[in-house]
Amino acid sequence: MTTLLRLDGVSMQYGKGETAVTALSGVDLSIQAGELVAVMGASGSGKSTLLTIAGGLTTPTSGEVIIEDSWLSTMSPSGIAALRRRALGFVFQDFNLVPALTAVENVALPLELDGWKHRKARSAALDALNSVELSDRADHYPDDLSGGQQQRVAIARAVVGTRRIILADEPTGALDSTTGELVLRMLRRRVDAGAGGILVTHDARHAAWADRIVFVRDGRIVDERARAGVDSLLASS
Amino acid sequence: MSIRQSLLAILDQGPCYGYQLRTEFDRRTGSTWPVNVGQIYSTLDRLERDGLVTKAEADAEGQIYYEITAAGSTEVSDWLGSPVVRAAAARDELAIKLAIAVTLPGVDIAHVIQVQRAATLSSLQEYTRTKAATDDPESAEELAWLLVIDSLIFAAEAEVRWLDHSESRLARAVASGLATAVPLNTAVPKRGRPAKATS
Repeated sequence: MTTLLRLDGVSMQYGKGETAVTALSGVDLSIQAGELVAVMGASGSGKSTLLTIAGGLTTPTSGEVIIEDSWLSTMSPSGIAALRRRALGFVFQDFNLVPALTAVENVALPLELDGWKHRKARSAALDALNSVELSDRADHYPDDLSGGQQQRVAIARAVVGTRRIILADEPTGALDSTTGELVLRMLRRRVDAGAGGILVTHDARHAAWADRIVFVRDGRIVDERARAGVDSLLASS
Repeated sequence: MSIRQSLLAILDQGPCYGYQLRTEFDRRTGSTWPVNVGQIYSTLDRLERDGLVTKAEADAEGQIYYEITAAGSTEVSDWLGSPVVRAAAARDELAIKLAIAVTLPGVDIAHVIQVQRAATLSSLQEYTRTKAATDDPESAEELAWLLVIDSLIFAAEAEVRWLDHSESRLARAVASGLATAVPLNTAVPKRGRPAKATS
């Protein structure tokens, strides 16, 4: 099995001394190729922080993030940015497409920023759009696409070219339930084709599309199958 | 009793014999509710007794057809036009289990909740995998099956949400010292069967 992403003892603290707030505490998590892991937890549990750290957008206070064999702690910010463009893509609740670019240009953008030739980037972008069944909308602008279609463009952008890690934060939050299901179906299909991903959600019905479901409670990953008694509940109350 | 009503609704489309009714019921509900042919015949007997269907003589192949009556058709439209009323009292086994557990000393309710949530999530994943394995429905039968799978998915989701809610309610109760066991009431119950006198 190929490990695409690994978090090793990751902790995140905001502030210092008595006012310090711990967002994550000793989190271990790894994502294999072909695996979708759902991260569930209440608002403020630290699940979104976990995602931004996994994607190299935030540097953890301690611990290690390893993206496709690259140890982020040993890399420069520009090196991390280049790795991000090459290896992973985010899918957010509000799609985050560039309104002035067409669907195919949005998908090709990370490749072009990474120095790909225009024609090659466009061709890879069309392949990615095809994988989410949107080839016929390639030259439409985001405004001309439905919410579900925009989110499928975002998924295509997350897996374009060599990118294989999808980091999705409540990707169906702004969609109605049947459209949301279609988006999850597309996400699942990309993962089955060899990508890997984290799906952050507070909705069990969406988490159920994942191979594995973990819970973040007060910054820690809780395995539901492990025995955790009232003591841990008291500690978290 | 929705088997009774479902069979009646199928018979409203035309006369059927017992085994045929079972096949029709299965293909319209995605075989998610296994009904044996014995249940079909006993239901048909009751429908006949209540004047909602009539039984014809056996045909050349020995099949006995049942036909809906006018009263039966009325019952079908009444059924389709009225809501399903579930039992008002909480008869859900899980709700009762949690209710009892929370009153007992030394029971780790958080664990009870977690064990249940893990099991329910795993069923939810199973239903979702079943659904993910098929594409958009291409026939009315597939659509019917999908509706049933969706209902299982939404019910499991609701259970997980209720468990989450119960967990945080419990955490708050523990914090405020409310989550204490209810001891047995030692006062003599006013009613009940007295033990035999052992003189």
